[in-house]
Amino acid sequence: MTVPRSGPDPRRLLAIAAVLVLLGLVPWVAGDYWTRILTFCAIYSLAAAGAQVLYGRLGFVSLNQVALVGVGGWAFLRIGHAVALPHPLLLLLAGVVTAAVGVLIGLPSLRLSGLALALVTLMAAAGFEVVFGAAGFPDGGQGFLGKASGELLPSSLPRPGFLESNRVLYLYTVAIAALMFLLLWTLIRGRAGRAWMAIGQSVPGAAATGVNVAGYRLVALVATSFVTGVAGGLLATGDGRLDPVSFPAQQSIVLFAVVLIGGGYSLFGAALAGLFYSGLPPLLNQLGLDGNLILVVFGIGLVHSLMTAPTGLAGQLTMLAGALRRRITSSAPAGSSSREDADRVVEHA
Amino acid sequence: MLELRDLTVRFGGVMPVDHVTLDVTPGVTGLVGPNGAGKTTMLNVLSGFVEPVSGDITFAGERLDRLAPHRRARWGLRRSFQQEQLVLTLSVRDNVQVVVENVGAPAHDVERVLDAVELSDRDRPAGLLSMLERRLLEIARAMVGSPRLVLLDEPGAGLAEADATRLVPLIHALADPPGTVVILVDHDMDLVQGVCRDLAVLDFGRLIAHGTTARVLQDPVVKRAYLGTEDVG
Repeated sequence: MTVPRSGPDPRRLLAIAAVLVLLGLVPWVAGDYWTRILTFCAIYSLAAAGAQVLYGRLGFVSLNQVALVGVGGWAFLRIGHAVALPHPLLLLLAGVVTAAVGVLIGLPSLRLSGLALALVTLMAAAGFEVVFGAAGFPDGGQGFLGKASGELLPSSLPRPGFLESNRVLYLYTVAIAALMFLLLWTLIRGRAGRAWMAIGQSVPGAAATGVNVAGYRLVALVATSFVTGVAGGLLATGDGRLDPVSFPAQQSIVLFAVVLIGGGYSLFGAALAGLFYSGLPPLLNQLGLDGNLILVVFGIGLVHSLMTAPTGLAGQLTMLAGALRRRITSSAPAGSSSREDADRVVEHA
Repeated sequence: MLELRDLTVRFGGVMPVDHVTLDVTPGVTGLVGPNGAGKTTMLNVLSGFVEPVSGDITFAGERLDRLAPHRRARWGLRRSFQQEQLVLTLSVRDNVQVVVENVGAPAHDVERVLDAVELSDRDRPAGLLSMLERRLLEIARAMVGSPRLVLLDEPGAGLAEADATRLVPLIHALADPPGTVVILVDHDMDLVQGVCRDLAVLDFGRLIAHGTTARVLQDPVVKRAYLGTEDVG
């Protein structure tokens, strides 16, 4: 007996289209300040997506995502100051350079896992913090580091003409982020994603089914580092310069914690993580609260997630939406979707 | 066909596989012995997960022990595990798909092998399957492509007697293609006798008997080491 494979859920596609339309309307509803904040949210959702794919698919705890954003930003500024290239091409090159760096950092992952690997990535993040602090970010100078010195004054990399308005920059950033999410989604839904899931479940089990464990781990490192590097390029686009203090190692830990809160097993969770990571601190500030309070909020959210909701807010929202849909649509067939079933497996694991 | 020559595995001061030399012919061969006899370690050596300190493994004259585990799978080695290694969050279909696309089997094998084990709800995550369904799914994964050497590690573990009997024709089917070697490790002697033409018995890592099932089960050394003093079968 054969069962036809289910295609994309039209309701899900409709929901994604609705979200994209809403996101597109944001600059006309929110002011310039919140448009800029939401631009950061879109950028950091990419770094979160990198951490999410590594954790949710392969079981890797990557604690250097924010450092890799810095690497992407560094490459973007250095190449941008050196040669005049179309902006998308600069982003592409930033992603490629970051992918190479990410693979170098991740090479131990071919042999390590668990806490040991997490520590390696954290040490790498600390290393980059030191390097960024010592070398700074390119500001129009010569040489490998591209630092201005002597009579040459530091300069910002000007935005391309079509990105001069913050509103357009926001839309452009959301579009690029959507493209990167689509890239990761395509990988997850395909052969690589299945192999990653097999590796995440059991390395011997994966190898016994013919999965080239080292090869697929490399593919994951390349893809996630590339996406994170593109995020760095987008971040550097805003002001045309970056501050070394923006990439402390502990921010990578915070980002990972927020990924777990958003949902470590779905890209939807990564999108929520980007929103929380960059959106909640300014929200607290606007409410007149100390921005540092965010660490307490994230701490409580993390404990809640680890103890009661392993699939994070994304998993809970998916299940809630499924339950509501079944209640509203009385003609809908009984039972749950395969996505909800998979979430339930994780919840029970 | 499958030849193990002087195979030895050492874990510190322990030798779970102790200078084993064994020729396995096509068909189903049972590998039995008391707990800790080295059966699973032997399967791990054949799969490439454990490196022997000495000895070699050949299949029809071809060296197997020089291949990485995933290359052995592509060569035609299939393996089920005592603690099943399914991807619990993937659907039944995708659990087979991952084998199909990594061993280079034709795409239609997904439905073929699932039809063979009669698993119907193929969009369900493996984590929601019953124990019997999980065992059937593992056997389906072992059927993908053209397996040459199939290693089944306690496929009947945790199953009721009636459920375990469902495995018998499937294990026979695995060994059906000419030249295919199936090695079955299990403590369920009814299952072992039901499907194995030959038996190899390990005790403390040493091969103490090998031959036809009927003859080995009458071997006084085997009775003393593994079966007890009463006759079996």
